[in-house]
Amino acid sequence: MKVIYMDNNATTQCSPAVVEAMLPYFSEKYGNASSMHAFGGNNRHAIDAARKSTAELIGAAYPDEIIFTSCATESDNTAIFSAVRTQPRKKHLITSAVEHPAIMEPYKYLESQGYRIDFIGVDEFGCFDMERFKSVIDEDTALVSVMWANSETGTIFPVAEIARIAHEHGALFHTDAVQAVGKIPVDVKAAGIDMLSLSAHKFHGPKGVGALYVRRGTRFMPFMLGGHQEKRRRAGTENVPYVVGLGKASELALARLSDGTPARIAALRDRLEQGILAAVPDVKVNGDPACRVPNTTNISFGYIEGESILMYLNDFGICASSGSACTSGSLEPSHVLRAMGVPFQFAHGSIRFSLSDQTTEEEVNTVLKELPPIIERLRKISPFSRLAA
Amino acid sequence: MWDYTDKVMDHFKNPRNVGAIPDADGTGQVGSLVCGDALKLTIKVNKDTDVIEDAKFETFGCASAIASSSILTEMVKGKTIAEASKITNQDIADALGTLPAEKMHCSVMGMEALEAAVKSYRQGGKPVVFEQEEEKIVCHCFNVSEETIIKAIRANHLKTVDDVTHFTKAGGGCGRCKGDIQKILDKVNGACEIPAAAAQKTFAQMTVVEKIKTIERVLEEDVRPKLNMDGGSAELADLDGNTVKIRLTGMCSGCAGAAGTLKNFIEKTLKEKVDSSLSVEQA
Repeated sequence: MKVIYMDNNATTQCSPAVVEAMLPYFSEKYGNASSMHAFGGNNRHAIDAARKSTAELIGAAYPDEIIFTSCATESDNTAIFSAVRTQPRKKHLITSAVEHPAIMEPYKYLESQGYRIDFIGVDEFGCFDMERFKSVIDEDTALVSVMWANSETGTIFPVAEIARIAHEHGALFHTDAVQAVGKIPVDVKAAGIDMLSLSAHKFHGPKGVGALYVRRGTRFMPFMLGGHQEKRRRAGTENVPYVVGLGKASELALARLSDGTPARIAALRDRLEQGILAAVPDVKVNGDPACRVPNTTNISFGYIEGESILMYLNDFGICASSGSACTSGSLEPSHVLRAMGVPFQFAHGSIRFSLSDQTTEEEVNTVLKELPPIIERLRKISPFSRLAA
Repeated sequence: MWDYTDKVMDHFKNPRNVGAIPDADGTGQVGSLVCGDALKLTIKVNKDTDVIEDAKFETFGCASAIASSSILTEMVKGKTIAEASKITNQDIADALGTLPAEKMHCSVMGMEALEAAVKSYRQGGKPVVFEQEEEKIVCHCFNVSEETIIKAIRANHLKTVDDVTHFTKAGGGCGRCKGDIQKILDKVNGACEIPAAAAQKTFAQMTVVEKIKTIERVLEEDVRPKLNMDGGSAELADLDGNTVKIRLTGMCSGCAGAAGTLKNFIEKTLKEKVDSSLSVEQA
């Protein structure tokens, strides 16, 4: 059965061109990039090229502002702990209520260590509560970390404005831009970002490699202690093949941003969303339709449960994800939807479709054909469907 | 992906006995939209023989909730009310092969709906909503009573708070009741029991064993859960007069804040809960 992959916010296909670029660095050019001999040392050039491509993708002024890491979780942790360790007198941290666990968990840990934490809420569209943010930030704030785009709803946050306000109070600004990089233009210079996390596998690169952008002049402390790699900012032997993969993926992603791809994906996403809204009653779009990344739609189907929907979609090879409690193994629906105040009868039945440049119109049509009967079937079993009628 | 058995998938994809019996002799309901799963079970009973002749269900929930409901209707059909009342959540899970640990609460929901339906039949057919006794609610996020938790612990030999969460959902929301769940576990599993006589005595009047047990209980209930949150723990190393010697373990051992933890938290708690004369030292 052909797979219809609409779960690109979870991960993407690693492009064949990326794999091809990586392959020589496993068994042929396997030398250590830090070695003195040319066999290894020449790999330094491959890493430098990848650093330049990654810097260009996010509009960094200098390639050396890019530190390669193992994943965005490492980048997030590095940024947060660097910010608190380089400003030991400041004891206040700010983030949003809808961040990835890679931000939430370090923040909660620091809260247990005596830091004051403010989790800034969102409105019903998932938009950042700017007034609340302005009212809690003060001179004691060490770091403001707010994601660029939300993984579940695709809602884009006004990071440039948040960064500006953070700087007015002497705070550092970090953004987890995992769901924005490659999907929308990201320009760290224009937006005034101090630190930014990204992950290769969210834009057709390999899993297991990410990067942290650290603006020149930002005080920094490494997360791991060890060797001198990455200018002493990230110890550990350079992961040459994966770094090369990230570089290649960055180059391809940058090209796609200006060749009309985002608009094409957005048109397919809108077709899918409008088709579902027209065919199925009691549905609700989660997120800000006016300010979203182009590939994401999050739709709640009232009175039924998300895992059941996914398992039926699976029969048609359709891959999506859900914010329902049952899919995560936790017992409560997604913290993002709860922060938005999505009613429970809708939160449990939320499905996220995240498209990519590889999504076709035919695939969208298949989903539009197969999904409505699934919803009808599950609602027939549900004791609450009469409420909906 | 969950590891569902073929039987779970079969009952999820081809649910048996979906719907509601219009003139049901018993109607049991459990769960709500808020909880994320809910089940309405209706039964038709032969009043002469007490045999359940028909059963239908409507379920809001995940695959395992639908499968548990479906197989439950098959299990009760042909059984007398007395026989059906003996069905436990484990029986439902066994009939499905097995359920992932995190999904055991789906089988518990089946048992509760059946309990409510039987009660409804005995009360003349008026629908009964399975309700937890209001005053003894332990988990307010999921509305789980002490009785339900005790039942689940006994029936399934549960040992840890996580086990209880998997079977009853209690503790799976805000987590504030985890300490209470631990207390219930201790009570049911007979851990840290204080002799009744000791409870009446002042610290000075207690025997050495009673003193140790009382301190150990406070450490277990009030101290360790908090230290555990930071990956640490504490052991009672010795008791010398009114000086309690504590060994910090895990993340707490060697932690720069250890001295503060000992004085400001552990000593304060012991003074409050046991006796104001106690002082704490690091062992």
